[in-house]
Amino acid sequence: MSGLTINDVSMTFELPNGGSVEALKNIKLNIKEGELLSVLGPSGCGKTTLLNILAGFLAPTGGEIDLNGHKVVGPHPERGMVFQQGALFEWMNVEENIGFGPSMKGTPKAEIAGKVEELLGIVGLQDFGKKMIYELSGGMQQRVALARCLCNDPDVILMDEPLGALDALTREKMQSLVLDIWKKTGKTIILITHSVEEALLLGERLLVMAPRPGRVHKEYRLPFAEIGVGADLREVKQHKDFGPTRDEILNMIWDMEEEIMGRTETA
Amino acid sequence: MAQEIAELVSSSLWMIVGIALIFALYLGISAICYLVWGLFTRGREKAQGYTSLKTVTFGDESAVVANRIASIAAVIAIFLIWGVATGSKLTPNLLPGPVSGPVSFEYTATNAAGETGAGRIDLLVHEFGETPETPAPAAEDGDFAMNQSVTVAQRRKVLVKTQADEGFAFTEINGKPVSPGETVSFDDGNVFVTTRGSLSIEPDVGMTMEALYLPPPEAVWSRFIDLNKNGYQGVGLWENVFWSLIRVVIGFALGCLFGIPLGFAMGLNGWLRGWFDPIVEFMRPVPPLALIPLIIIWFGIGEQGKISLLFLAALWIMTIAARAGVSGVNISKVHAAYSLGATKKQILSKVILPNSLPEIFTGARVAMGVCWGTVVAAELVAAEKGAGKMIIAASKFQLTDIVIIGIIIIGVIGYGIDMIMRGAENKLVPWKGRG
Ligand SMILES: Nc1ncnc2c1ncn2[C@@H]1O[C@H](COP(=O)(O)OP(=O)(O)OP(=O)(O)O)[C@@H](O)[C@H]1O
Ligand SMILES: [Mg+2]
Repeated sequence: MSGLTINDVSMTFELPNGGSVEALKNIKLNIKEGELLSVLGPSGCGKTTLLNILAGFLAPTGGEIDLNGHKVVGPHPERGMVFQQGALFEWMNVEENIGFGPSMKGTPKAEIAGKVEELLGIVGLQDFGKKMIYELSGGMQQRVALARCLCNDPDVILMDEPLGALDALTREKMQSLVLDIWKKTGKTIILITHSVEEALLLGERLLVMAPRPGRVHKEYRLPFAEIGVGADLREVKQHKDFGPTRDEILNMIWDMEEEIMGRTETA
Repeated sequence: MAQEIAELVSSSLWMIVGIALIFALYLGISAICYLVWGLFTRGREKAQGYTSLKTVTFGDESAVVANRIASIAAVIAIFLIWGVATGSKLTPNLLPGPVSGPVSFEYTATNAAGETGAGRIDLLVHEFGETPETPAPAAEDGDFAMNQSVTVAQRRKVLVKTQADEGFAFTEINGKPVSPGETVSFDDGNVFVTTRGSLSIEPDVGMTMEALYLPPPEAVWSRFIDLNKNGYQGVGLWENVFWSLIRVVIGFALGCLFGIPLGFAMGLNGWLRGWFDPIVEFMRPVPPLALIPLIIIWFGIGEQGKISLLFLAALWIMTIAARAGVSGVNISKVHAAYSLGATKKQILSKVILPNSLPEIFTGARVAMGVCWGTVVAAELVAAEKGAGKMIIAASKFQLTDIVIIGIIIIGVIGYGIDMIMRGAENKLVPWKGRG
């Protein structure tokens, strides 16, 4: 029973005005160990809600999550999280941020220092260990967030639009970094994104979600992540299947958005 | 009632006029300084660095930098105005001061016999508080109208009794005709001829302020030197200040000691938030000064009362600051910490506490300011030592110079406290505002 199982998960938010929102409805999914899963969908389809349930910050109103055979009941170091921004600790320097997880467990300082050193190398921040967070650019901060998550050695890494606030170039470099880390560490990674290209590049498997109620609309198995490891991502985008798949998904999401708009208009 | 309100409104309107005049004067001086400064620099002063490249500065707050020359000139201007208004010896005498020294005038009078005679009155105008000897009157010329000599303090009146014979009447003062019940002016003042044949003489008071209302800077300075050496009413100047400060520090420290944990508790626990909400929300708008009477009834005028008052002044501010600090924590930081395996205790000490430091510092600055103001006010009401006590005691003896020294010291120390707090803030929470 290894891997992450999403077992018929539903999430209904009760609204103060008496109504309710079905953010997720009967999600069934099995994510294998070491899988790289990207999740796409129009705004409001429940991506963040799903990730929060996986991380254990929210309890679903129906169904359950199982990781390696036990039920997920709350946040746990086995499931690391990388946020879009604002989740680093400004009162600590880069090293202290990265070593936060192990130091909470009481790991010896020397051991943490070694790990942090290695991770600084992996994310390309060798000379920035002593810098404070507010002295770093947005891209550097996201690398710290990634390193902090990795330092704790989780089984699953959950990312909610981790690259959403970055500029296109930095974003591309970070995408390569995510692929590298995935390959090197063999971790299960679930990544939410708004960018179709990013979802194609960073997903062996890609879920397209649909809103109202939030559900899995379509699933793809893609070769691009494997190809992209260690390669130039711009070349990957030249792959003959890349363009057509991208357009297909774009149209799909476009239709969904249009449907939502149309519905709100008639409502 | 309606009339009182009408009076209030009319006096407010007059105040608008007065304030506008003072502002106009001060702005006028500012404008003159600006022109002088402009002549001096003549376009040589330019915005520095990045701001110099901005083409849009009007409306861009960050492009407006305080001109330090203006600040210095403003302070100097205040001292100059002070000096001029009080007739200080340090500043040019732009305003006429009160008449000082010997002055005199002549009069003519008639008596019952119908004769006309001339006389002379000498006045020695001296500073208030001095008691010079009365000089001898001018030599008599032999007629019935006698010469007289009197002393009078500046800004005071003196009544000169002349011959109270039946039929005696003043006809002229320095050649100006006058009859009883009238006022005429002479070179250095006014003379009022009473119906009983006396003269009420008032030498010109000038336009400068009397030391009772505002002493000149040099008087304040020499009083300051004196206070430094001898203290006031047996308590040294700095001893007074020290006592005020120590009360503030203790009261503030107690307020932090209890307020910060209380704020955290309210930020972290629903029951405690509900429990303390009413009292915190109720006490927050009650100004600490309003508690002084109750505190005096409870604790008397000793230290306990004042410290309790300052404790209360700081407590609610710190509680609310700490509570705001907790609720201001970005939830993803807390989520991240939990995902990294932190326990609740670690979340509190490693995430919530440091994250709320900026808020706590802001609160501490406010609390310090309020405490400093409150301690002075409390000392005005009742204390044996302290800056407030010193000025209220001095005011009872109309020692305006001590009052002014006290006010200046209170202001400077309040400013100093804020600077220290700001320095500590920059040092301890360098990430503030850059999260
Ligand atoms: N705490 C909540 N209370 C009520 N409704 C909520 C709550 N959280 C989310 N929702 C609703 O659930 C739905 C899904 O929200 P969610 O944030 O998961 O969407 P998302 O796919 O992450 O959107 P985006 O792409 O904009 O981030 C939305 O309709 C949202 O309004
Ligand atoms: Mg979202």
